[in-house]
Amino acid sequence: MSTIADVFTVVAICTGSFFFMAGTVGLLRFPDALTRLHALTKADNLGLGLIVLGLLPQADGMLGALKLIAVWALVQLAGATVAQLIAHALLRKRPPT
Amino acid sequence: MTVLQALDIGLAALVLAVAGWTIVAREAFAAVVGYVAYGLLLSLVWVRLFAVDVALTEAAIGSGVTGVLLISAAARLRKTEAPATDERLGAPLRLLAGTVCAVVAAALAAVVLLMPDPGSTLAPEAAQHLAETGLGNPITAVLISYRAFDTMLEKVVLILAVIGVWSLAPDRYWGGAPGPQRVARHEGALAFLAQLLAPLGIVVGVHIFWVGADEPGGAFQGGAILAAMWMIVMMARLVEAPSISALWLRLTLVAGPVVFLAIGVLGFAVASGFLTYPTGFAKPLILFIEAFMTLSIAATLPMLVMGPPSRPPRP
Amino acid sequence: MSTAILAGLTGAALIGLGLYGLITHPHPLRKILAFNLLGSGVFLIFGIIARKGAAAGFAADPVPQAMVITGIVVAFSATALAVALLLRLVQETGRTTLRPDAPAKPPDAGADA
Repeated sequence: MSTIADVFTVVAICTGSFFFMAGTVGLLRFPDALTRLHALTKADNLGLGLIVLGLLPQADGMLGALKLIAVWALVQLAGATVAQLIAHALLRKRPPT
Repeated sequence: MTVLQALDIGLAALVLAVAGWTIVAREAFAAVVGYVAYGLLLSLVWVRLFAVDVALTEAAIGSGVTGVLLISAAARLRKTEAPATDERLGAPLRLLAGTVCAVVAAALAAVVLLMPDPGSTLAPEAAQHLAETGLGNPITAVLISYRAFDTMLEKVVLILAVIGVWSLAPDRYWGGAPGPQRVARHEGALAFLAQLLAPLGIVVGVHIFWVGADEPGGAFQGGAILAAMWMIVMMARLVEAPSISALWLRLTLVAGPVVFLAIGVLGFAVASGFLTYPTGFAKPLILFIEAFMTLSIAATLPMLVMGPPSRPPRP
Repeated sequence: MSTAILAGLTGAALIGLGLYGLITHPHPLRKILAFNLLGSGVFLIFGIIARKGAAAGFAADPVPQAMVITGIVVAFSATALAVALLLRLVQETGRTTLRPDAPAKPPDAGADA
């Protein structure tokens, strides 16, 4: 049973890291600030979700799993707010023609 | 090489790379963002050194609150960056400075490599005092009991810093409130975050203060989280910054050191001297002191970040 | 190479980097940033002293850790005071130079932000 959990953890974390790397490639290669923001928020949220999902079988007890999910929710909240604020600031500087 | 060793080497390389970026970045804003990321990576290094309390403090105060302070300063100083570059040192002076710094770093590295192993330690004395206080977290015991005098003086230093920052206001603004004067949107994303995060953050902050008696945590870390909640609510303009002559603000700021000092002086009467606690009653007293310390820190840190008053007092 | 030695060498390198930034950057805000870097390097060296002093059942000596926590808070308050001084200087003179012989320039009207 625990080998299945370990395999699941490794697969989920590897997929999550792949999404993080995809987001970083987008950050480095996209031409515009708004497109870079898009790449970061989408890919990083998915990557974080997969990593937390992969860590859930390794958490100690229900409380540890709840803490991991709370971390996930807080990072999503912060990331979404910051993305909105950055996009709003960009729009104010350069309104779309 | 084990996985953990590879992790340590990778972490150290990353920390040095981000620190180097902070030094060589062209704009101050980019350097400050690098510094915030550096602080978070440094917290991971502290966890690897088995100093979890220090990691919490570094992430909350060293990287978080300092980052807010420096980002707002960098935004306000953007216009002064271009004129400052014509004061740059010439290349030979920079080479000399680089050589001096390399020599200093090499000397310190030699000291690190030549340190005795195991080194001299105060852990046995700390462990001895730990049993008397009834606490489970040795750091909290050292902070509030073994080296309580240092902690009390540090609270006084915080008050002095607030007095210093406030005294930088122009005379006509004394008694007013600090903070920007721009209008924020009440339905904006920041207001939403502040409304959602503040209640949760207050619970987390109080929990970290309370649990610091037996596990990693404590007054500084919990107080920093509470301070961050007040700061985000002020930044979202849900609550206005208080005027610096408000009585409740001044009482909250001094509550921590005053309670600490009062209980310390009480130690003359009921225990064996200044800042000693009566046996059997130590843990409740320590938690009482820590509660007021948390409140003071939660009030002091935002006041240090908001700066001197920038508006005349309201009549 | 144990974690403590690696962290100590990182701390020494950070002290060198911070010192270089403190000396060479002309803008005071960058100097404050480099000073913070210098401070965190010093705290790291404290941290390895704590780790090497592991005894009496603790994974790290708690006394240097408590001193580092105190140091981080004091460093933040020093940074806050330094930034407030810098902002006041800019408010008064409009420039960040510390040279006494720089040509005087009247501050911008309404630069009370």
